[in-house]
Amino acid sequence: MQLVLEKRAERSNTIALVSPLIAIGLTIATMSVLFAILGKNPIVALGVYFIDPLADSYSLQEIAVKATPLVMIAIGLSFCYLANAWNIGAEGQFLIGAVAGSWLAVKTHGTDAGLWVLPAMLLLGAIGGALYALIPAICKVRFGASEILTSLMLVYVADLLLDYLVRGPWRDPKGFNFPTTAEFDPVATVPILIEGGRLHLGAVITLLVVVAGAVLLGKTIMGFEIRVVGAAPRAARFGGFNSNRLILLTFAISGALAGMAGIIEVAGPIGHLQPGISPGYGFTAIIVAFLGRLNPAGILIAGLFLALTFIGGEQAQIAMKIPLDVTKVFQGILLFYVLACDSLILYRFRLVSSSPKVSRGVA
Amino acid sequence: MRKILLAAAAAVVAASVSFGASAADKLKVGFIYLGPVGDLGWTYQHDLGRLAMLKEFGDKVETTYLENVSEGPDSERSIEQLARAGNKLIFTTSFGYMEPTLKVARKYPNVHFEHATGYKRDKNVSTYSGRFYEGRHIQGLIAGKMSKTGVLGYIASFPIPEVISGINATMLAAQTINPNIKVKIIWVNTWFDPGKEADAAKALIDQGADIIMQHTDSPAAMQVAAERGKLAFGQDSEMIKFGPKAQLTSIMNNWGPYYIARVKAELEGTWKSEDQWAGLKEKMLVMAPYLNMPDDVKKMAEEAEAAIKEGKLLPFKCPITAQDGKEVECKAGTHLDDGQVLGMNFYVKGIDDKIPGK
Repeated sequence: MQLVLEKRAERSNTIALVSPLIAIGLTIATMSVLFAILGKNPIVALGVYFIDPLADSYSLQEIAVKATPLVMIAIGLSFCYLANAWNIGAEGQFLIGAVAGSWLAVKTHGTDAGLWVLPAMLLLGAIGGALYALIPAICKVRFGASEILTSLMLVYVADLLLDYLVRGPWRDPKGFNFPTTAEFDPVATVPILIEGGRLHLGAVITLLVVVAGAVLLGKTIMGFEIRVVGAAPRAARFGGFNSNRLILLTFAISGALAGMAGIIEVAGPIGHLQPGISPGYGFTAIIVAFLGRLNPAGILIAGLFLALTFIGGEQAQIAMKIPLDVTKVFQGILLFYVLACDSLILYRFRLVSSSPKVSRGVA
Repeated sequence: MRKILLAAAAAVVAASVSFGASAADKLKVGFIYLGPVGDLGWTYQHDLGRLAMLKEFGDKVETTYLENVSEGPDSERSIEQLARAGNKLIFTTSFGYMEPTLKVARKYPNVHFEHATGYKRDKNVSTYSGRFYEGRHIQGLIAGKMSKTGVLGYIASFPIPEVISGINATMLAAQTINPNIKVKIIWVNTWFDPGKEADAAKALIDQGADIIMQHTDSPAAMQVAAERGKLAFGQDSEMIKFGPKAQLTSIMNNWGPYYIARVKAELEGTWKSEDQWAGLKEKMLVMAPYLNMPDDVKKMAEEAEAAIKEGKLLPFKCPITAQDGKEVECKAGTHLDDGQVLGMNFYVKGIDDKIPGK
């Protein structure tokens, strides 16, 4: 007997809707067992993970703050991935966006520059990210270089450039040689929405980006082109769509959003430029994009959900002394089940009996 | 099934009740760690300090730690989470938590914060750090005696004053033994990355270094030195088991006494913001046993350690000549003052390297 994975003839819409719920159910079941083995009460632990963070305004704000860069980057990535253009370097575009925008903050530091500084910084961040994303896109279109490799490698270039700038030319002169710029001036800082919290204007911008993404993909010819080029490249060629132009376009959009997320993060929650501004947002956003099935609304939900597991995991560490590794296992199991259930929408397991003699002989 | 549910519900109630009761009368103390508690270096030593403090106060204190907290935007949230969870004294144990600690401290004026290795304080924010350069002086003396090739290999993390003053203290001491001693420096730009640290150690040995020293947190370099039959100094922690025939000594960070003192102050209501910069004398640094060296070298090291503790030996004693040949101003008369060491941004003469970004 053999177990084979075979493609389903048709996909069931009910299963497609229920699949994430099954995944969450399985995760909860598995984690309950794990918590019980660790000697923790599973119901209390799950409550700390999923319910407590939703119960007060502080944690809700923190979830939004954490989800903001993830969702913004993932929306951009979904454009690329729908068009079959594989931008793996959003992390680098995020960093370059942060650098480009910070340039203005550093230059105007201590001057009486007006309220135009922050909008200009956001614009510079978006342009910086877009230009940086165009490097692998142009290499792909012009020379046929694999955009997966080039965009990934440019992440390390961006990382080192940022490192050089904050250790050298942009270093805070009063900072004892520590690698950071001076704290940004108030006009160069993303405003806080609720006094005393950390929720900032970036969350609102992200929501606008989600709406714009949905409209662009669903209601415009450009969105249609992107989807056709991705799903049926031959048909797209017959239809006269220029796939090279779309690669450049989707990379630019994706880079611009990643860059904007970068400068918002630096001018918002961090407040200055330093090494290590991203705990891998550009890579986590790839997971968010696929968890959200490359759909703007789905990405928003996926980003918030992933943020919830971060915040909940931290509260579990504090309230229940559950080790950090368990919260990472938790996230891993969740992703595993979501992807496994998704595969089962399109595929199914079937037991196939191969030639009986052979199978007996082997077994 | 119903029984199970009932039992579960009872357990929830019991858990929350016992949690509430214990929380009321204990002082809650929080810790933010940069690495995993099992890094066997920097974070491990902080956690040993926490455990020593717990042992001292027993039931009076409850501790919570968050490990692997990156120095980026997440750290502010992690610190605030600890403050919100009712911790009254919070230790943030890496330089990069400086601004986030200050930000959270402004929001929670009734919570006291302790930031390791930083330089900005507030009404409710203290700073504390070790005079690591004192240990470096002793290592420099030993290295000067023990190196046959006359080349030291130095794995450096970030070009911040703490690291640069360590390199300078090492070289100033080594030069008193061997005026022509050389140092090769590799900047790995990380505090904790065993792979990178091991690669750096290999590269340094290939360049002729026969003594490896590090300002990074893992024992990887010690293992490489042991494999290649070279000598090495441990860092942060006792690393002898990674190189029984390689480790000469190690500068061990000993945070326990400080944590005990600060928690005691908090319990007695006498905590106030201050800057503690302590060394061998206060036992914030402890030298691991001097091994794998002849008796005369060991004796020299022990004498130097005793002299530093008595305040007779000052590692940054004047005159000091900078790399560019100019003499360094002596702000404390006979030696450099604390401000000059805390802000050190130059190499002393005899170092063939350039400070990155300078």
